[in-house]
Amino acid sequence: MIRSFGLIDVMYLVAAARWTVALTVTAFTGAALLGLVIAVVRILPFAPLRWLAAGYTHIVQGTPLLVWLFLIFFGLPLIGISVNPWFAAAVAFSVYGSAFLGEIWRGALISIAKTQWEAGASLGLSLWEQLRHIIVPQSIRVAIPPTVGFLVQLIKNTSLAATIGLVELTREGQLTAAGTYKPFAVYITVACIYFLMCFPLTQWSRSLERKLDVAR
Amino acid sequence: MSLVEIKGISKSYGAVQVLKNVSLDVAKGEIIAVIGRSGSGKSTMLRCINGLEPIQGGSILVDGVQVNDPRTNLRKLRQEVGIVFQSFNLFPHLSVCDNITLAPRVVKKQAPDAAREIARDVLRRVGLEDKLDAFPSQLSGGQQQRVAIARSLAMQPKLMLFDEVTSALDPELTGEVLKVLESVAQDGMTMILVTHEMGFARRFGSRVVFMHEGRIHEEGQAAAVLAEPKTPELQTFLSAVLH
Repeated sequence: MIRSFGLIDVMYLVAAARWTVALTVTAFTGAALLGLVIAVVRILPFAPLRWLAAGYTHIVQGTPLLVWLFLIFFGLPLIGISVNPWFAAAVAFSVYGSAFLGEIWRGALISIAKTQWEAGASLGLSLWEQLRHIIVPQSIRVAIPPTVGFLVQLIKNTSLAATIGLVELTREGQLTAAGTYKPFAVYITVACIYFLMCFPLTQWSRSLERKLDVAR
Repeated sequence: MSLVEIKGISKSYGAVQVLKNVSLDVAKGEIIAVIGRSGSGKSTMLRCINGLEPIQGGSILVDGVQVNDPRTNLRKLRQEVGIVFQSFNLFPHLSVCDNITLAPRVVKKQAPDAAREIARDVLRRVGLEDKLDAFPSQLSGGQQQRVAIARSLAMQPKLMLFDEVTSALDPELTGEVLKVLESVAQDGMTMILVTHEMGFARRFGSRVVFMHEGRIHEEGQAAAVLAEPKTPELQTFLSAVLH
């Protein structure tokens, strides 16, 4: 029997959106931690580490996120590591995000004039102290708008996790559409929920861009 | 013993040799004015003294420590050698007080209260005590440069390097910075200044060093060298900058 698409289904979709949010938060945290290391390593004068980080970034950016998702979810079990969809998605999105955040933050770090490093070095600050007290605080201003922009991309991209059976917003939409035969209404609702999550962030990013630009 | 001993240093950027066998001894308390055309190697020589630029030949000793020895702790050396840049290079995200106290707090591990007292003290010396909590963007160029000098003074260096510190300033603002330099000089600081301020060099310089094409072309007692340059190159240079 075909159910009708009603308020209860909308509630289920909203409930499933929690998993979209949870996956986004988890992936963003993982991506941020790894991305920070990559960004810093890529601007420090230790060549082998720099090459390693650059290689990682190029490989991740040059391969589809979906392939990473499949590789981890279907590939790891073949070598005896069992993974659930949640774990696979969290790892794949963290890897994907770390390459992009690493690039965004590297760009922000190198946007700070070399003379700022020199001024710090001339006062006897170590490389780490220069980074921590002089370079990073200034580059945050540059980094925040594109970081928030990336967060919006990440929210939308978590929909790919539906392909490995993680019941987040898009997967719940698929199930609801299959049960109700109302794909149009269902996916419009799904799109609206994504929009309601992303739009405020986009606006926030815009206002930050304006505010931080004025502060300069 | 000399505070700074530069012995036959050379430096190249790729195929371009910017310093050719440069030697210079600076005694404690001396004030050396380094003059010369842009591109003559003055600023590069200055930046070699605190290790900001590596050298390819020769040696530099500051207070008995060899700057160009890889085993030398440059961080320690730089606490003793202040440098003030043409473009001030204050930290724009920090208040004047934090600009000054950053190194005392982080490098010398001074307590915040004690560091703030030092900031107050050095700001008094440059006449900007009321700007303790201002931000660099709220200050004029001359004031920013005075803060940069104060920031250097707060580390209580044995030697201070000045890299064309008035060149980025409007003419009416150079006076206030020169006044600060004079008072630092009168306190007995050993100073090496790359400068275009011939008046300052004449009045306060114990020696003038004229650089030309990567070499020290002429040097001597300041007033004498400026009044009676011996080499035609210095004569040409002086007539160009004095007129």
